[in-house]
Amino acid sequence: MTQDVLLSVQGLTKQFPTRNGVVRAVDGVSFDVKRGTIVGLVGESGSGKTTAGRCTLRLIEPNEGRIVFDGVDLRELSEREMRAYRSRLQIIFQDPYSSLNPRLRVDQIIGEALEIHRPVRGAAKRDRIAELLERVGLNPDAARRYPHEFSGGQRQRIGIARALAVEPDFIVADEPVSALDVSVQAQVLNLIQDLQESFGLTMLFIAHDLSVVEYLCDEVVVMYLGRVMERGPSREIYAMPRHPYTQALLSAAPLPDPKASRQRVVLKGDIPSPMNPPSGCVFRTRCRYAVAACAEVVPPLEHIGSDHHVACIRQSDPEVISQGLTL
Amino acid sequence: MTDLPADTVLRVRDLQTHFELGSRIAKSVDGVSFDVKRGETVAVVGESGSGKSVTSLSIMRLLSSPGRIVGGEILYRTSRGEVVDIAALPERTMRSIRGREIAMIFQEPMTSLNPLYTVGDQIEEMIRLHEPVSTAEARKRAKRMLELVEIPAADRRLDEYPHQMSGGMRQRVMIALALSCNPNLLIADEPTTALDVTIQAQILDLLRRLQREIGMSILFVTHNLGVVAEIAHDVVVMYTGRVVEKSPVESLFAHQKHPYTQGLLACIPNASRDRGAAGERLRLNPIPGNVPSVTALPPGCSFAPRCPYRIEKCEEAPPLMEAAPNHLSRCWRHEIL
Repeated sequence: MTQDVLLSVQGLTKQFPTRNGVVRAVDGVSFDVKRGTIVGLVGESGSGKTTAGRCTLRLIEPNEGRIVFDGVDLRELSEREMRAYRSRLQIIFQDPYSSLNPRLRVDQIIGEALEIHRPVRGAAKRDRIAELLERVGLNPDAARRYPHEFSGGQRQRIGIARALAVEPDFIVADEPVSALDVSVQAQVLNLIQDLQESFGLTMLFIAHDLSVVEYLCDEVVVMYLGRVMERGPSREIYAMPRHPYTQALLSAAPLPDPKASRQRVVLKGDIPSPMNPPSGCVFRTRCRYAVAACAEVVPPLEHIGSDHHVACIRQSDPEVISQGLTL
Repeated sequence: MTDLPADTVLRVRDLQTHFELGSRIAKSVDGVSFDVKRGETVAVVGESGSGKSVTSLSIMRLLSSPGRIVGGEILYRTSRGEVVDIAALPERTMRSIRGREIAMIFQEPMTSLNPLYTVGDQIEEMIRLHEPVSTAEARKRAKRMLELVEIPAADRRLDEYPHQMSGGMRQRVMIALALSCNPNLLIADEPTTALDVTIQAQILDLLRRLQREIGMSILFVTHNLGVVAEIAHDVVVMYTGRVVEKSPVESLFAHQKHPYTQGLLACIPNASRDRGAAGERLRLNPIPGNVPSVTALPPGCSFAPRCPYRIEKCEEAPPLMEAAPNHLSRCWRHEIL
């Protein structure tokens, strides 16, 4: 392995059987997360990004693939062995309203997480809770209150404190700021950043907001219909997206500038049903560069330099490359 | 009856919409004024609790109890050229305006479409409710509406139920339904918020095209300043039930004259501004604190407790002042911004 990779996901696949057939929600997804970095997992609804994130923590059991965390394949661990790893792997959820038990006080919510992983009682426990609350920017007196007494942003801070209680190495943050107002979003993003730096956390940040990902993430994985279309360093991908889907996605995000002159690639139609995905490249039905060959083979994720990978048979075509330059 | 300038479709004047909660009164909309001109789009921007949605529901007279318009005027020019005050209309008359003259689309199309009827049934019902046409004619018109909003295979789609469609398709159906009686004014309350960005781009394109072709006016309620930059001619920024800034879109994005608007734009992550030369992350500039509840507003300027420019004078409530030509700001210090 090159630089210190903390988590390596290889060929991750999750299928959900339904009455009408099998849905391949995640289909052969691979990516690495280096220690101390934040990787963004982006995609639209139905792209499988949330399922991929949960499979990574085995909150949903994947059907295939390897999840190598700090040298150990998590999928080979028994339930019991996995439990020992759980304290090193945490998740922050999108909805700060439904992810906190409304009948527990904040100190009980955080205390529960503390106790499961390490026996701690009395004053030591109270001190640790106060310290965690302070760390996420809440008053220590928040401990005696209930979730409904807090605003959305404050609840998200409680969720973060709960995740930090067990001193994890790796956090999956599933759309942690998308339910928040813009002004509060920036507060929570600053907090995530501070914590990442001071604890050396490694994160998988799942999001659909592309400007948040560009700002926060070191690398980006772009998913569409269960597969990875493109991945690589965010600076490179945002400066010059190489996959036609990434190009369309980036060009569709509205910029807060009425004078912005950007060539927009408007995609036709909707994302196809994951029950019956197109043959070959799953994006081809909406791709302006699709050719007959795109229906024949599933394009492999090709390495095009400096950790940048693209799954498109026309990725080296000057027409496709030049589109990436106009954004 | 008051008159309106010829190019103005809607004039909201000092609108007051309150919710009485026991002894407390929530002034959700507190003295809001703005105009919507023919064929133009006005965006009302704000975070949760700003009163932007209550403003649009007041115009539609769709407030649910205990919400009540307690003051101000909502002057509207009907398609026959007559000016009415919606705030004072009897519900019977309002029924002939709602849907036919002013139509509305919402954030979540699934909750506004009836799951038990086909899409065709719902559009046909809407047409026949407002115009005396035959079922065959209504169906033909419904099909044309689906084509207008670029739904492929319109004939087949007419016989489908809302659940058989994707979110983007349902929002198109909502727009078709809203436009089926040729409204003068379309109120769109966060119509793209629940949609993915590529679908949002399609819907914004569609609304712009329809506005060009039909010449309708749009009141667009949103929290997304990116969307505002794309679709609006004029912008109204709301905070705790009041208008804090109002101007043409170019002027607003070029120079914000209210610290709140400035703060909103500064806290949207922007990699070219918020990353250093070596690509390292700089800290974002959030607005400190939270939006106060409209039942517990601070005295004076309601933004003052979060404002970096606060001075003593801010304990006195500022009026809307002209900060630049055509550009209003509710800030005592607009000159130094």
